[in-house]
Amino acid sequence: MTLKLLMGNEAIAYGAIEAGVQVATAYPGTPSSEVLSTLAGLAQEKGFYAEWSVNEKVALEVAAGAAYTGARALAAMKQVGLNVASDPLMSLAYIGVKGGLVLVVADDPGPHSSQTEQDTRLFARFAKLPVLDPATPSEALEMTKYAFDLSEQLLLPVILRPTTRTCHACQDVEIQDKDAEPKKISGFQRSPNWVIFPNLSARKHVWLNGQQEVARDSFENSPFNQLTINKQTDVGIIACGVSYNYVMEALQLTGLEASVLKIGTPYPLPAVPVLKLLKHAKKILVIEEQEPVVEDQVIALAWKNRSAAQISGKNDCLVPREGEFNVNKVRQILESFYGGQLEQPVQVAASLAPELPLRTPVLCAGCSHRASFYILKEAARGNDTLFAGDIGCYTLGAMAPLNTTDTCLCMGASVSIAAGLSRVEPHRQQVAFLGDSTFFHSGIPGLINAVHNGANITLVILDNRTTAMTGHQPHPGLNRTAMGPTDQSINIARMVEACGVEFVQVADPFDLKAALQVAKDVLAYDGPAVVIMQRECVAQIDKGRHRRINPELCTECGACIDELGCPAIGKPAGSPEILENCFGCGFCSQLCPVGAIEEV
Amino acid sequence: MKLDIVISGVGGQGSVLASRALASAGMGIGLDVRTSEVIGMAQREGSVTSQVRLGEKLYGATIPDYEADILLGFELAETVRALPKLKPGGAIIASASAIVPVSVQLGISSYDQEAMQHYLREQPGRVVLLDLDELAKKAGHPRTGNVIILGALSTLPDLPFAPNQLLQAVLSYIPEKLHNTNRRAFEVGRQAMEVA
Repeated sequence: MTLKLLMGNEAIAYGAIEAGVQVATAYPGTPSSEVLSTLAGLAQEKGFYAEWSVNEKVALEVAAGAAYTGARALAAMKQVGLNVASDPLMSLAYIGVKGGLVLVVADDPGPHSSQTEQDTRLFARFAKLPVLDPATPSEALEMTKYAFDLSEQLLLPVILRPTTRTCHACQDVEIQDKDAEPKKISGFQRSPNWVIFPNLSARKHVWLNGQQEVARDSFENSPFNQLTINKQTDVGIIACGVSYNYVMEALQLTGLEASVLKIGTPYPLPAVPVLKLLKHAKKILVIEEQEPVVEDQVIALAWKNRSAAQISGKNDCLVPREGEFNVNKVRQILESFYGGQLEQPVQVAASLAPELPLRTPVLCAGCSHRASFYILKEAARGNDTLFAGDIGCYTLGAMAPLNTTDTCLCMGASVSIAAGLSRVEPHRQQVAFLGDSTFFHSGIPGLINAVHNGANITLVILDNRTTAMTGHQPHPGLNRTAMGPTDQSINIARMVEACGVEFVQVADPFDLKAALQVAKDVLAYDGPAVVIMQRECVAQIDKGRHRRINPELCTECGACIDELGCPAIGKPAGSPEILENCFGCGFCSQLCPVGAIEEV
Repeated sequence: MKLDIVISGVGGQGSVLASRALASAGMGIGLDVRTSEVIGMAQREGSVTSQVRLGEKLYGATIPDYEADILLGFELAETVRALPKLKPGGAIIASASAIVPVSVQLGISSYDQEAMQHYLREQPGRVVLLDLDELAKKAGHPRTGNVIILGALSTLPDLPFAPNQLLQAVLSYIPEKLHNTNRRAFEVGRQAMEVA
C-alpha cells in the first residue's frame, strides 16, 4: 500500500486499474477529463486499452462491446456528454452487460464550466441504473472498484457520479502496490439476448425493474452509507456526496447537534438506514446538491412506513435546487432549519474594498481563433451577419471586443442552428463556427444535413490541431491517439468534401490578407461553403519573435487594442505597448494601419 | 492542528503546483490533506484560486469564508478578491505587482494598484507585499513567482513542516534541470521576508 496525493479523477483511474479494467474510453469534458488521461498514461505499462473516442455515444458503445465479452470496461464523460450517450445508455440498461461496465459521469454544480447543472443521479434513476456519489477522492477510488463488482453482480452498467469538488480535489489516497490479477475472459457468446427486438425489450423491462430491488438490497449494508445516531437530539440530517463534508464541517463550526446519515448510494436508496434514522429523529433535513433525488425517495419511504417525521429540504424550499454548495451555504440552511440566530462569521471591514477589475477568461495571447474571428467579422462587414458559435475555447469569441458569437447551445449545434436561422431569415448572412474536435464529435451530421437540404450557410472550422480547452486530447484529425502515434488521421478538408460541400477552402488565419480574401469568397458563395482556418494551438508550439510598437510611427489610434483584445497588448504607461507575454504570432502587426508594430 | 491556505492568482502563474507542493509537504509529515483547484475552461489569464487544507481529520476540500489561516497572492488584485476567505488576523504574503486584464485595456473596468496595496496593508494580520517581478529576476527566471512565495511562506512561525520539507516537496514537482533555479527562488523568498 502506498499513500499518494491524487486528484479525484486520478483516484477513479487508479480504482479502475485496481479492479482490472481492460478497456477504457472517454470524450474529454470538464470536470471529467483527467480520468481517461490518467488511464491513457498508464495503459501501456499496465497492459490495458484506452481511447479518446470521437464522442460520448461512441465511447459508451465501445465500452459496452468490450463488456459484452466479459471484460471490464469503463467509459468517462461529463454530464452533458451523457446526453449524447443517452441513446446507447437507455437500451444498454435493458440489454445489460457481462463484464463490469462502469460509467463515470462528472457533474458540475455551479456550473463552473458547463451548459447545464443537470443531475446525473436523476438520469440514473430515469435509466434505472444504480449510481454512486463519492464525497472524497479516496472514496471515489473505493467506489470505482466496488462499481465493477456490482455491475457484474447485477449484469447492469453502474454509474459513478463525482462532482467537480471530488474530481478536482486532491487527497492523500492509499493505492495498491500489486497489479490486479488478469481476469479470464469467457468471450462473447451468441444469444438472442444481445439483439434488442421489441419482444426482448418487453421481457427485459420486467427484469430491469426487478433489478432495482436487487440493487437496493446490495446497498442496504454498504459502507458508503453511514448512520451516526446522536441521542441528544431529535434532528436527523441526510447528506449525499460532497454535501456530507459541508454538513459535518458546518455542524462543527456551529456546535449544533444532529444524527447524520451519509449517503453514497443515492439510487436506489437503501431503506434500512433511512428507516433507522426515521425511528430516531422527528425532524429530518435532507441536504444534497441539485435535484431532490434522495429526498424524494426518503419522503416515499416515510409515507410507506407511516412515519410522522417532518422532512425538510427542497420540498419546503429550505435547500436550493441550483448552484454548488459549500460550508457557508449549508450553515445558513442549518440556521433556518434549527431556527434562531447562529453566531455569524466575523466580517472583516477595515475599509471598503477597492473596486476589482473584471478578469474573465480570454483567448490566449497568440491564439489563432482571435485572428479568425477578426477576419470573419471584417469579411462580413456591411452585411447583416449572424454568427453561430459552438463549444470550445472559441466560445470566448462572444466576449468583447470580438463579439463574433451570437449563439451557443451544445456540442456541434452551430452549423444546424445557422441552417435553422437561414430558413426564416434568408436575407441575413449565416456563419457557423466549429472547432476541429467538435467537428468530429457531432458537427458532421449537421453539415451533411445542411448540404443535402441546401442551406445557404458558411461554416468556419477553427482547426487548431487539438482538443484545446479540456487539456489537448487527440482527435481523429491528428496523428496520435490516447495510446500513442498513429498514421490513421482523417483529413478535415477531404471529410468536408465527402460530406458534399462543393466550396471548401483552407486558410492560415495569421496571413491576414490572404485569409480575408478567402473569407470574402466563402461568404459570397451561394450554398453551403466551408473554410478551414488552420493554425496550431499556442499551448502546443514554441513562441515566435516578440513584437514591439515603434513609438515614432504609432499614432495611438488604439486599433490593436480595441479590435483584438489580446492580453499581450496594453497601455501600462498610457500608450499602446506589447507586453512580456507576447507570443509572437505577428497578427497585430498586419492589422496596424500605420505599420508601427515590428519584430524585436 | 489545522492549517488552511488559500492561493489566488491568474491562470498560468503556477498556483496548482504550489497547492500540490504544500499538500505533499503536509502528507510527508503524516497529515490529512486536501486541495481544491479550478481547472478547465480557458483558465489562462482568468482568476484562479487554489485551496489547501492540512489537518488531523478533514472533510471537504474547500475552505469556508473567513476561515483560512494564510492567504498567498500571486497577483495583487486577485489577493484582494480572495480576502473574504481569510480569517481576521490571518497572514497575507502577496505580490505587489499587477497583471492588468484585457477588460481594463478595453476600458470596461479599472485597476487602481495603489488602492489595492493600501487596502491590503490595512488588514489586521501580518501583511507582506513583495516585488515579485524584481525577486524573480534575482532568482534568475521570470516564472518562479510561485516558488518565491512558498519560500517566503516557509519563514512563518507555527508551520507543521520544516522549510526544507516544503522545498523538497516543491522540487518533486519540477524537472531536475530546473532544481537549482527553484532552490534559488525559494531562498530569495525566504530572504525577502527578513527585510519585509
